[in-house]
Order: sequence, then C-alpha cells, then structure tokens
Amino acid sequence: MNIVLAILGLGLVIVIAVIGLVIQIYNALVRQRNEVRNAWAQIDVQLKRRHDLIPNLVETVKGFMQHERETLEAVVKARQQVVDLRGGNLQERAQMENVLSQTLKSLFAVTESYPDLKANGNFLALQEEITSTENKIGFARQYYNDAAMELSNKTELFPSNIIAGMFNFKPEPFFEVENVVEREAPQVNFG
Amino acid sequence: MIHAQIRANRRKAVVLVGVMALVLFATGFCAAELYQAGTGLLGLVAALALWLTLTVISYFQGDQIFLAMARAREVRKSDAPQLHNVVEEMCLASGLTPQPRIYLIDEPSPNAFATGRSPQHAAVAVTSGLLETLDRNELQGVIAHELAHINNRDILYMSLAGVMVGAIVILADFGRYLRPHTARRRTSSGNQSQSGLELALALAALVLVVLAPLMAELLYLAISRRREYLADACGALYTRYPEGLASALEKITGSVATQAQASRVLAPMYIANPLQKVGQRFVAWRNTHPDTQERIAILRAMGGKADIGSYQQGFAQVTGKALRVGEVSVPDGPVLGPQVDGRTPLARHRETTDLLWRQQGYQVRACRCGISLKVPPVYTGKPISCPQCQQVVASK
Repeated sequence: MNIVLAILGLGLVIVIAVIGLVIQIYNALVRQRNEVRNAWAQIDVQLKRRHDLIPNLVETVKGFMQHERETLEAVVKARQQVVDLRGGNLQERAQMENVLSQTLKSLFAVTESYPDLKANGNFLALQEEITSTENKIGFARQYYNDAAMELSNKTELFPSNIIAGMFNFKPEPFFEVENVVEREAPQVNFG
Repeated sequence: MIHAQIRANRRKAVVLVGVMALVLFATGFCAAELYQAGTGLLGLVAALALWLTLTVISYFQGDQIFLAMARAREVRKSDAPQLHNVVEEMCLASGLTPQPRIYLIDEPSPNAFATGRSPQHAAVAVTSGLLETLDRNELQGVIAHELAHINNRDILYMSLAGVMVGAIVILADFGRYLRPHTARRRTSSGNQSQSGLELALALAALVLVVLAPLMAELLYLAISRRREYLADACGALYTRYPEGLASALEKITGSVATQAQASRVLAPMYIANPLQKVGQRFVAWRNTHPDTQERIAILRAMGGKADIGSYQQGFAQVTGKALRVGEVSVPDGPVLGPQVDGRTPLARHRETTDLLWRQQGYQVRACRCGISLKVPPVYTGKPISCPQCQQVVASK
C-alpha cells in the first residue's frame, strides 16, 4: 500500500515537472516568435521613413543641381516603384529597395561636386537623416536575422523541437539581402 | 537573445550583493563592539538601516544622482542629431526598447557611461569631447558598448554594489575613528577582569574593520572587469565592426584632455577609466577596468569576425586565459547576402565601381587587412599607410 502511494506520488511529481517544462519552453517559443515579428516590423518602419524623407531631399537638392536631372529622376522613380509595391511580393520589394539604395548612393556621390549644396545646413541635416535611416535598415535586418536564427535554432534543437512541432512553430525566413551595414570605404586625402 | 546571459548575470549579482551585505553587517557589528563592548547588536541594526536607506535611494534615484554628479544634461534630437541617430541605430541592432534617455556632459575629454535600474529606466551620457573626437563608426562602437551594459543589466548591479562599497567604507572609517577613544577609556579604568577571549575578539573586530573596505572593493572590481569585457564583446557583435570600438578606445585613452569632474565614485561606470592618466603605469588589481591596451588588442585579434566566440578566441590569444561569458547563441559573424556565382551583391557592386575608377587611370591597391585604396593617377607623394590598420600599403 505504502509502495503504491510512493510510486503514485513520484509519478505525480514527474508529471508536474514535465508540464512545467513544457509551459516554459512554449512561452520561450512564443516570446521568440514575437521578437522576430517585432524585428520585422522595425525594418518596415525604417523603410517607410526612408520613403518619406526622399521627397524632402529631392526638393532641397533640386535648386542646386540643374544638370543632374537624370540622377534625381532615377531616385524619384525608384521611390515611386517601391511605394507602389508596398504590401506586395516580398522578393520584388527587397529588390526595389536595393535599387533605391543604389540611386541614393549615386545622388550623394554627385553632390560632392556642388560646394554650395555641401554648405547648405538643410541638406546636411537631411544627409545625416538618410545615412542614419540606411544604417537603421541595415541594423534592423541584422537584428531580424539574429532573432530568426534563434527561433529556428529553438524549433530544431532538442527538446524545444518537440514542443515546436506540437504547436506548429515554424522557422521564419532569413532576410536574404546584404545584411551587413555597408560601411563607406575610407577616403584617403592626398592634400 | 542573450536572456540566458542576463539571468546568469542577475544570479551572480544577487550572490555578490548578498556577500557584500554580510561583510557590511559584520563591519557594523565590529565597529560598534570596538566603540563599546556589548553594543554590537545596535551596530548591526545601524548597519542594516544604513544599507536599506542607501539601497532604496540608489535603486530609485541612483541614475539621477550619478547624472547630476557628472553634470550631465538631457539633449534633444535637434541639439545633437547624430548622437540621437547613433543611439537609435544601436537600439535597433541590440533589440533594446525603449530607447534610453540621452545626456551630454560638457567636458573636453572623451568618455561615456550608462546608468539606470532597468532598460525601462536607463540613460546614456557622453561627453562633448567624445562627439568632437570620434567619427561615426567609433561613436557607434562606444554607444553599442554602453547599450550592452544596459541590456546585460550591468547598470543596476553597478549602482547597488557601488553603494554597498560606499556604506562599508563609511562604517569602517567610523569604527577606526572611534577606536582610540575606547582604547584610552579601557586602560584608564584599569579593568583587569577583561578576559583574553574578549581581547582576541576585539582584535579580530579591528582586523575586520581595517580589511572590510579592501575586501569589498576587490569583490566589486573582480566582477566589474569581467563585465567590461562582456560589454566589449557585445559592442562588437551589435555593430559587426570591432575596429570601431577598438579605435574609439584608442582615441579615448590617447586623449590629452584630463577629466575635471571625474570622481572615484563615478570612475567604474565610464567606458574607459577617467582617472588613468596617459602613460601612467597600469595597476591591475586596483582597477575597475581592464587595461585599455589589452581591450583594444583583443578586439583587433577577432580576425575580421564579430561574434562572441571570436571575442573569446581573441581574449585567449591576447591574455592566454579563457573568458567564460556564459551561454550566448549568436550567428557566426557577419552573414553576407545570397551568393550569386560565388560573390555577394556587395562584392559585385565593388567590382563594377572599381572598374570605373580604373578607367579613369586610378590604381587600386589592396591592403592586407582587406580594404582597397584608390590612388589618383597624378599622385607622387609619400608612401600611403592604410587608414584602417596603419600598415604601409605596398607601393606601385
């Protein structure tokens, strides 16, 4: 009789421990998935901010750069395409965002030869804002990939893979565009 | 992402604060016992009251006190746009929310610290000298290091443990100051009934009172140094660019400006010890910070990678010891984009622009550290040293 009770008690303790562990793992999985989703939202916020900054930049630059119509039009066009694609196919959007980054880079490269523009406070402030937004896009992607990596580890590693399988947790896709923030090549001054 | 690390940190902080509290209570007991035999319990209560008051104050007001002591003032985005942007960038990179408040200290020497009791109540303060001396990448490195302190909950531990050290020092000073009076009273009363045991106890109490501040300080320093290494490793991870932090540390220690408002209380919180003068010999065991030269060497020994594992390798390579930073799972350094015909988009973009430069007559010279310099066709000046690793790049 006593032995039966002891076995029952032991069984109860084990069951409670297992349930506790399952709850803990489940909660960790949910937390990680939310983190991944939040990281994704952050990328979107920064992309949108870049779209919003560009009209200001074009407006400021226009007066100074009569001879760079093409460069400016390329930026405006790329931005319009990205805005049109909002909510559309992920792969296409990512591609267009990259095109936009490239056109912005060539615009800033061209501004180097306009000393008046380089001295304009409004332009400098916008340049800092856009540089920072580009950085933020890069860092948000980096963090998204880290978070997605953690989630996919959790869904594949023992023992959390069992819980993940039971409650249908799936690894989220990695951001497959250049993930590292591109740093400007150091400028060598031969003064 | 590094929740396991944070939990381990919190456990260690609780144990350490507990040990320090014991030292504090023992000091209170002994100080009172030395003053007058039999009042030990009263001393214990006094120590407890002192500790409680200081802890409550430092928990709720610590950040404000530290910021006021450093004469820091909060800055708006319009006043320091780049600083705000860099903090926002690093918050995104580290997943820290909400963004900590940003403070500026009017001070020509470059330095920075973070404070607050939790990520929800955190602040980062930088000196105006830091903004003037560092470029954007270096500033990113410093801010990443500070946000790592916030993310790893080092800031709460720092203020609680710092307060404890302060309380122990106060009590021990009190005990030592009062001791001569008691000694005189005892001899004048000519009480010969004092047993040997009582005398031995008094002697032990005296030793504790003298040694307690030193013990507390050593305990505090041992762990605060390890936290600096961990914050460096996380800083490199967040920016994926260890060189930024390394060259920032180099500029900060090489700065000739000395910090006027640095005090011993604030010193442990800064990114580089403001009290260590240029060229001064480094006294390892008395310092809250590891030797900055060593930190720079470790960051540069990471071999072009930015993950925690590489930092541990660099640490082992420089110091010959192992650095245990707990369980941290992160991807293996920089993850580059999809490989189309074996090259990343970035590499392809570089190749195309390099081709355009070459057509203009520019020479492209590669440095061993991985960057390439474009030299104008008309250049005939001195040999060029690489702006990243300072090596002289091979001439034409």
